[in-house]
Amino acid sequence: MNNVSEAIQGVPLNYYIWLSTTLFVIGVLGVLYRRNVIIIFMCIELMLNAVNLLMVAFSAHHNEGSGQVFVFFIMAVAAAEVAVGLAILIVIYNNTKSTDINILNKLKW
Amino acid sequence: MTLYAFYFLAFLSVLSALMVVFSRNPIYNVLYLVITFLCVGGHYLLLSADFLFAVHIIVYAGAIMVLFLYVIMLLNLNKETEPQKNTFFKFAAIITAGLLMIVIVGALRASEAAMVAFDNHNNIGLVKNLGKMLFNEFLLPFEIVSLLLLTAMVGAVMLGKNHMKRVKEVAKNKNGRATISTLPVQPVKELTHE
Repeated sequence: MNNVSEAIQGVPLNYYIWLSTTLFVIGVLGVLYRRNVIIIFMCIELMLNAVNLLMVAFSAHHNEGSGQVFVFFIMAVAAAEVAVGLAILIVIYNNTKSTDINILNKLKW
Repeated sequence: MTLYAFYFLAFLSVLSALMVVFSRNPIYNVLYLVITFLCVGGHYLLLSADFLFAVHIIVYAGAIMVLFLYVIMLLNLNKETEPQKNTFFKFAAIITAGLLMIVIVGALRASEAAMVAFDNHNNIGLVKNLGKMLFNEFLLPFEIVSLLLLTAMVGAVMLGKNHMKRVKEVAKNKNGRATISTLPVQPVKELTHE
């Protein structure tokens, strides 16, 4: 356990804040930059991961376990979201033969 | 030493996250995202969150990424079919993301002085402590999450069922694919309701 506490002492909380800010902004950039629906899904996962990382960092630094339990729940919600989202995506692909998000801007076929 | 490990993991995760956005080939996007997730898992290990490290590797790098990869291979996406935005929109996206970065950094810089000092005995991330917490005070949310996963599974199966019905209709009307049209065509009523 001594080794672990040294590891936490080595990295200040600020660094984790900047790292997750950067990852979150990269996720937003991906959502705005790409047109493929699957890539946009992946960038949403990236944003969820940035928030998860920040939550774990805060939880470890405050010595409070609730944050890590919430990260566990966020992972379950992300898994559900991906399962339903990809099923919808496959149905859309079968109707439009494309994963371009600009085709879907009228919300009809 | 651990600070160097943090720098290495942070550099690798940001680099591969950027490659997720800027790489053209969807398969490469997924593989770069796997690298990003592994790096985030390394950060969890640095923060001594062992349980979350294991769950993260299993759920994200294992299940979700395989699902993405499978869908990309199923839809046969590659570099040629990849839709591209025009240059103006790409430029606008980069400007917008940069502005968001500036806003968040500006908002968080002021809060730097309020950072707490952490104490050294940190073993809350272990399976034993998290399990106790999960099954005592978070028991109801845990059960609700299982309900949510069940709902998602039912929804995914229902969507897939409709999709199979459409495939069969196409095969029946156009009579193009021998392999699909040889399947027994079920009545539509049976597929949509009950």
